[in-house]
Amino acid sequence: MSKKMSGASSLVQSLESAGVDVMFGLPGGAILPAYDPIFDSKIRHILVRHEQGAGHAATGYAQVTGRVGVCIATSGPGATNLVTPLADAAMDSVPMVAITGQVPSVAIGTDAFQEADIRGITMPFTKHNYLITDPKDIPRAIAEAFYIAGSGRPGPVLVDIAKDALQKETDFVYPKELSLPGYHPQLEPENQYIKDAAALIAQSSKPVFYVGGGVIKSNASKELMQLAELVGAPVVTTLMALGSFPDSHPQHLGMPGMHGTVAAVTSLQKADLLITLGARFDDRVTGKLSTFAVNAKVIHADIDPAEIGKNRFADVPIVGDLKRTIAALIPAVKAEFAKNKADLTPWIASMNKLRATYPLGYELPKDGSLSPQYVIERISALTGPEGIYVAGVGQHQMWASQFVKYENPRTWLNSGGLGTMGYAVPAAMGAKVGAPDATVWAIDGDGCFQMTNQELVTCALNNIPIKVAIINNESLGMVRQWQTLFYEGRYSNTSLDSKRVPDFVKLAEAMGCVGLSCERPEDVDAIIKQANAINDQPVVVDFRVFRDAMVWPMVAAGTSNDDIMIAREMAPDWDSQEL
Amino acid sequence: MSTHTLSVLVENSPGVLARVAGLFSRRAYNIDSLAVGPTENPDISRMTIVINVESHSLEQVIRQLDKLVNVIHIAELKLAESVQAELLLVKISATSKNRFDVDAVLETYGASIVDEGADYMTIEATGDAAKISDLLNALERFGIRELAQSGLVAIERGSGSLADRTLSTQSIPTADSGQADYQN
Repeated sequence: MSKKMSGASSLVQSLESAGVDVMFGLPGGAILPAYDPIFDSKIRHILVRHEQGAGHAATGYAQVTGRVGVCIATSGPGATNLVTPLADAAMDSVPMVAITGQVPSVAIGTDAFQEADIRGITMPFTKHNYLITDPKDIPRAIAEAFYIAGSGRPGPVLVDIAKDALQKETDFVYPKELSLPGYHPQLEPENQYIKDAAALIAQSSKPVFYVGGGVIKSNASKELMQLAELVGAPVVTTLMALGSFPDSHPQHLGMPGMHGTVAAVTSLQKADLLITLGARFDDRVTGKLSTFAVNAKVIHADIDPAEIGKNRFADVPIVGDLKRTIAALIPAVKAEFAKNKADLTPWIASMNKLRATYPLGYELPKDGSLSPQYVIERISALTGPEGIYVAGVGQHQMWASQFVKYENPRTWLNSGGLGTMGYAVPAAMGAKVGAPDATVWAIDGDGCFQMTNQELVTCALNNIPIKVAIINNESLGMVRQWQTLFYEGRYSNTSLDSKRVPDFVKLAEAMGCVGLSCERPEDVDAIIKQANAINDQPVVVDFRVFRDAMVWPMVAAGTSNDDIMIAREMAPDWDSQEL
Repeated sequence: MSTHTLSVLVENSPGVLARVAGLFSRRAYNIDSLAVGPTENPDISRMTIVINVESHSLEQVIRQLDKLVNVIHIAELKLAESVQAELLLVKISATSKNRFDVDAVLETYGASIVDEGADYMTIEATGDAAKISDLLNALERFGIRELAQSGLVAIERGSGSLADRTLSTQSIPTADSGQADYQN
């Protein structure tokens, strides 16, 4: 059955047919025709203050719900403001559909007002994109966009629609079937590789589960727990995987990588087998690649065949959905264990000793000022593992990855791959929309916060009561840390003076939020409790923290994981460890 | 470093050349030549890409290429198993004095004259890279004024067709909702 309607109505009906319940956007000239039927649609449209906010909000929503996040903007600057969130979603494999208006088809290529070739611009970091000039193509493009964004390795898809295609009359028919001859994600792992992997696991005496964000995308935490407990090997979870395996589990060694725990980093370095599940051997995890896990064989399971062998050779490559892959590995490993199983006891004991000797920790500032790590630790303790934690990028992000205790998947959101400062506030907004009953804390830096805080207005006006902890060290803290370590303390352009300007409390109040400030360690708990008790308004807490706190441990960029430092000029005491 | 010829079937849709070229550029893969043209199926174009693999494995290039939604199929065409040809148009200086010598060269390489005047001639030739290169060497002494050369095109030997074997018409039900959980 087809119905006559405008291209714009066809777009909105297509979005409804695709199951969209909320979208984040901001209208403008070229997309204006679409906003008329949006006015009557059952889809909740949240009017943001900047299109970048719409994009990150869609990402936050998607990461919390597992559904496809949707954002919408006009042509030209509206569309280019989505570029950062699209690149961010591509790097972190977040399912997202972005709709943009385009100048009328006859004006395309003429440098028309608010024209930008957003399809061309976004080709490198969308999973796919479309330019639609004929209204009859709208339903198919939308249906394909949602399928492509949400299936296989998730990612962002952009649909750019010329204004005249929105205005013209068309027949609306939502496709029942899609034909994408060049797109067939392989979900089912090959049995032979499952068997090969199981055999390697049974032989290994020093195996480690190297778990990445793919486990969360494929909702495979339950299966991971079964497999991990069956094998008994240590588990490390990357920055994108925090929460996929409980921090409190005795097999969990923490996060590997540049600011990972000594135990997690060392376990990869000393392992004889990496059981890699939905991780991609990112440089922040491997350190200097040629010195990474040199004695380990690699099982690499990922839904994206191009990830396998990209950075590190895989002895056993397994392409497929992780939930199915892990589910298939469980009986295969059991069958192998019935025949033989290497003794892991010495390996586990040495890793447990490392974990006990080098736990994550921090020194309290000697001047009695507020420790940023302490603030984050207390937010976690007082909010609990059911809360959702969203970070920006920098020191506060790393501390939030280290000192919040994660027990559940989809409770930790951050910009891992692209490292987008300003991610936290809008992503937290999207997360709260996706999980309205959860307490959502944006743990942000004073630098990041000043990039995107305008979305607190959106939160205040749309009943999206997020909480923001500004870890205010009045600097671009991570850059400052590098200047301390690698540039002889020459602090070029990293001082923000944000304990003087702006006044974050007043700024919060001006945006319709509750603004609080905290400077003394003894006030931290009371203020967090006060913030947690407010559920009808966004809350911003300006935690005015010690400026010179640093993130440790650290593997300096480009160096080997073997050179991990637990504090400035302090390496672990390897001689006392038997590895 | 080794050279490989990839035959890539792509959807005949706008922007597909930009997608492929952009991928090669941003991942720092080296393209020696790229030729695009129609196939027997109006919905499908064929790109013949000659790549030089240095720091990346051929496998990695193919897998990245395969991620492009508009790319339908990729096959490596080995020299022994395919017919490969480039097209050369070359304008040389030719006078009545050396006409005879030129004709002899052209005959050897099966090349033909497609345009000529009092002091020049434009020659058309096809063949694999070695033959074209040899021909150019042979013509050099007459003075090459200008040349235009296509990328390599290639086709599998034998009666089979890449498209027949690889094009599935498999379709995907949209279910009731684009928000369906496709993965599980």
